[in-house]
Amino acid sequence: MKLKLKIWRQKNAVDAGGMVSYDLEGVSTDMSFLEMLDTLNEKLIMEGEDPVAFDHDCREGICGSCGVVINGDAHGPEQTTTCQLHMRSFKDGEEIIIEPWRAAPFPVIKDLVVDRGAFDRIIGAGGYITAPTGSSPEGNSTRIPKPDADAAFANATCIGCGACVAACPNGSASLFVSAKVTHLNLLPQGQPERTTRVLDMVEQMDAEGFGGCTNTGMCTVSCPKEIPFTSIANLNKEYRRAVQQSNKA
Amino acid sequence: MTDQTMVGEGEFYSVGGPLADDKAPDGEIQTRWERRKFASKLVNPANRRKHKVIVVGTGLAGGAAGASLAEQGYHVVQFCFQDSPRRAHSIAAQGGINAAKNYRNDGDSIYRLFYDTVKGGDFRGRESNIYRLAENSVKIIDQCVAQGVPFAREYSGLLDTRSFGGVQVQRTFYARGQTGQQLLIGAYQALSKQIDAGNVEMHARHEMLDLIIVDGRARGIVARNLVTGELSTHLGDAVVLATGGYGNVFYLSTNAKGSNTSAIWRAHRRGAYFGNPCYTQIHPTCIPRSGDHQSKLTLMSESLRNDGRIWVPKKHGDNRPAAQIPEDERDYYLERIYPAFGNLVPRDIASRAAKNVCDEGRGVGPGGQGVYLDFADAIKRMGEPAVREKYGNLFDMYARITSENPYKQPMRIYPAVHYTMGGLWVDYDLQTTIPGLFAAGEANFSDHGANRLGASALMQGLSDGYFILPTVLNNYIGSQKFAPVAADAPEVTEVETLVKERIDKLLSINGDRTVDSFHRELGQIMWDYCGMARNDAGLRKAISEIRQLREEFWKRVRVPGTGAELNQSLEKANRVADFIELGELMCIDALMREESCGGHFREESQTADGEAERQDDKFSFVAAWEYAGEGRFGGTQEPVLHKEDLIFDYVHPAQRTYA
Ligand SMILES: Cc1cc2nc3c(=O)[nH]c(=O)nc-3n(C[C@H](O)[C@H](O)[C@H](O)COP(=O)(O)OP(=O)(O)OC[C@H]3O[C@@H](n4cnc5c(N)ncnc54)[C@H](O)[C@@H]3O)c2cc1C
Ligand code: SF4
Ligand code: FES
Repeated sequence: MKLKLKIWRQKNAVDAGGMVSYDLEGVSTDMSFLEMLDTLNEKLIMEGEDPVAFDHDCREGICGSCGVVINGDAHGPEQTTTCQLHMRSFKDGEEIIIEPWRAAPFPVIKDLVVDRGAFDRIIGAGGYITAPTGSSPEGNSTRIPKPDADAAFANATCIGCGACVAACPNGSASLFVSAKVTHLNLLPQGQPERTTRVLDMVEQMDAEGFGGCTNTGMCTVSCPKEIPFTSIANLNKEYRRAVQQSNKA
Repeated sequence: MTDQTMVGEGEFYSVGGPLADDKAPDGEIQTRWERRKFASKLVNPANRRKHKVIVVGTGLAGGAAGASLAEQGYHVVQFCFQDSPRRAHSIAAQGGINAAKNYRNDGDSIYRLFYDTVKGGDFRGRESNIYRLAENSVKIIDQCVAQGVPFAREYSGLLDTRSFGGVQVQRTFYARGQTGQQLLIGAYQALSKQIDAGNVEMHARHEMLDLIIVDGRARGIVARNLVTGELSTHLGDAVVLATGGYGNVFYLSTNAKGSNTSAIWRAHRRGAYFGNPCYTQIHPTCIPRSGDHQSKLTLMSESLRNDGRIWVPKKHGDNRPAAQIPEDERDYYLERIYPAFGNLVPRDIASRAAKNVCDEGRGVGPGGQGVYLDFADAIKRMGEPAVREKYGNLFDMYARITSENPYKQPMRIYPAVHYTMGGLWVDYDLQTTIPGLFAAGEANFSDHGANRLGASALMQGLSDGYFILPTVLNNYIGSQKFAPVAADAPEVTEVETLVKERIDKLLSINGDRTVDSFHRELGQIMWDYCGMARNDAGLRKAISEIRQLREEFWKRVRVPGTGAELNQSLEKANRVADFIELGELMCIDALMREESCGGHFREESQTADGEAERQDDKFSFVAAWEYAGEGRFGGTQEPVLHKEDLIFDYVHPAQRTYA
């Protein structure tokens, strides 16, 4: 197939950047979206141009490195990661507009590459269960009801890609934060830090400049791991509970 | 070991003195690690903060080590090339992690896990290390549960387990098809807490490009900031390399695109011996390639072999759709040849069997490079919802990539490069031949001998990171004095200059071929001659082709852009240059080892029924290769082979049988 690509090119963090058009031929429907970009880059290099920079690593939908906005949708038309999107989802001759995640807390580094360090700092603020190596009891000493374990797992599958932020008109990180809070606060091991966890993570989220949640639901439809919208409701519940607890204390 | 001349000696390499691991205590195997720990020096908690430990890598091994060392009080300086420590390649592990918990009461024990691993590795691993690994496996599960890793559970609320290839007990713990992700996120969260507390100085988007050695000890690294291109030097008291495996030397593999050999290869060039470089694991169940554009291969977890049945048509060239091939015209070849283990034979055996049936012309799918993995019986037996519950995400991934529905038609699979058992040679303390330089996880030559059992890499990475490195680093740091290294010491500036010169050189060639085109060509040579089956003539051919390729590379590669910016072509060029040198050493190692063992199959050494045949009298050793300097081909000089004899006090080498 033949494609008309319009790609955001930006040399570095301070460059203004802009859209550039490219024609690309010889794209196979079996290619992944990133293999299509590889093909473009091989061509650009041979033509003496700078290849398009984009983040990727596992190409299996699990590391969370990849992610671009395709024709206005974070990760493109299917509910999956950019690396797991295949060209069979596009039509021959189609124009495809490719942009980086747009959100103030995710500044562009180059072309389609953005800085998502804010997510790491939110986890560092409280997204963990303190369990220093060597201090752990026998694994089966605490039973966890299967429904709780399954729900914790479902939320723990978040890959930290940032599509939820890119899709949200407010640039909110609520889905990402709610997934981690729900995962850890559901588990018996997570109880001692239940209150501080949610307070510290939300405080860091606000400090990073993410917007507030107004229930547009754009995040869940873009989330490749289908983190449920109910997790955000749970985050709000956990937050209110934590505020009450800390007022009491 | 008797002194016999080895094939290729004098032509491709020379043989140096023997090597011994003098750190493992002898005597009763059950207490070796306990005794080693007790004999280890300790460092006063108040003094630990004064010691800087450099950890390169944030996968299971590096992530676990960084967090645990920081918890102990060390000042950790840590690196990864991705934008976040959470994205290390360990994240992609699917199937599970072994532990000798014996929760099933099915006869498992530490000793059995030890036994299975020695045997699974085809008697080419070290008993002391393997026993310690089995011992630590039990504590790993406890540690991960405490961190909130959401392992699969039964309705009773207890931890669930399943079976993996090469064993007859159910000891594999898992979190649906995302075990690596969940374990890594556990380690990453522990590490993040330490970063937030200021105990770990984290440098993401940084790539280690060289090692600094002062007075014979590893004291630092030179890294490139992948965003700005800036080169920086980081000095400390010890360096840990936990940089993963080098399967990407084959270009197409199941590894993440960025996985590379550069950190360990540069350390090798500075004096660290490389152990068993040719031991490569080719995984039997991967999605076959779909065309020339293919950039990587996708694994379908081995756990699928619990319920999926592998078959090909009995007739050659039978290209009817699977559903139209009647039961009695199907050959469930693993069940036929290996009735005791059936579809759960070890990986090397399953891969070779697939290659054999495809070579016979009975392969399925485009190009005949595939076999069926069929769930029809499982769906009949357990119902579709149960199959979905167990394997749903793998089935989805398969459907997305192939646009075929595996609930309705069998999957097509083919072997692909997956894991490298080789790596930097380390002693029992995980120390390389350079004092102060430690290697952990897939980066070391590890505990898996010539073939790794499924679900054992995660176990090894976490055992190294959580439990072994903290002890052995205490011992190393507690037994020496460390004079500060000046930033302008000649040992430092010399390395900085070399790194810079190499980058400048790569950028200046401005030839007519892209980095990827060289990488693909290298991969093809490796796959053709150093892949699932190897022979003398092929390996010699590969060595000469790789030497030519290296010359071409340094004349014709085109790396656009500059060194002072985010430049992904330059990153790749740095890595591919190292892969080319490593590829040559792998072929030399494979040529030297004229036996078959585990994943290393030499066509000249097979039994009458085509199984791998070891030659214990000649090859019961670890091959530890010493770098010998720049050679007359512009690359490496003939390397020097040092043999570490393998001694089996407990599990006596026998021909592996899974029939
Ligand atoms: C698809 C797949 C599925 C698997 N499934 C299983 C399974 O079910 N069970 C099992 O036991 N094993 C499995 N394995 C194997 C296992 O995942 C790996 O062996 C293991 O995770 C390796 O961990 P590691 O910590 O050694 O390295 P990695 O996780 O590869 O981490 C390497 C780290 O080093 C960093 N790094 C590398 N080079 C440099 C450099 N030059 N400079 C700076 N940083 C650098 C990277 O950024 C990264 O942080 C699987 C492997 C694959 C490919
Ligand atoms: S919640 Fe979903 S979209 Fe947001 S970071 Fe996690 S996986 Fe990505
Ligand atoms: S590259 Fe890892 S999720 Fe896409």
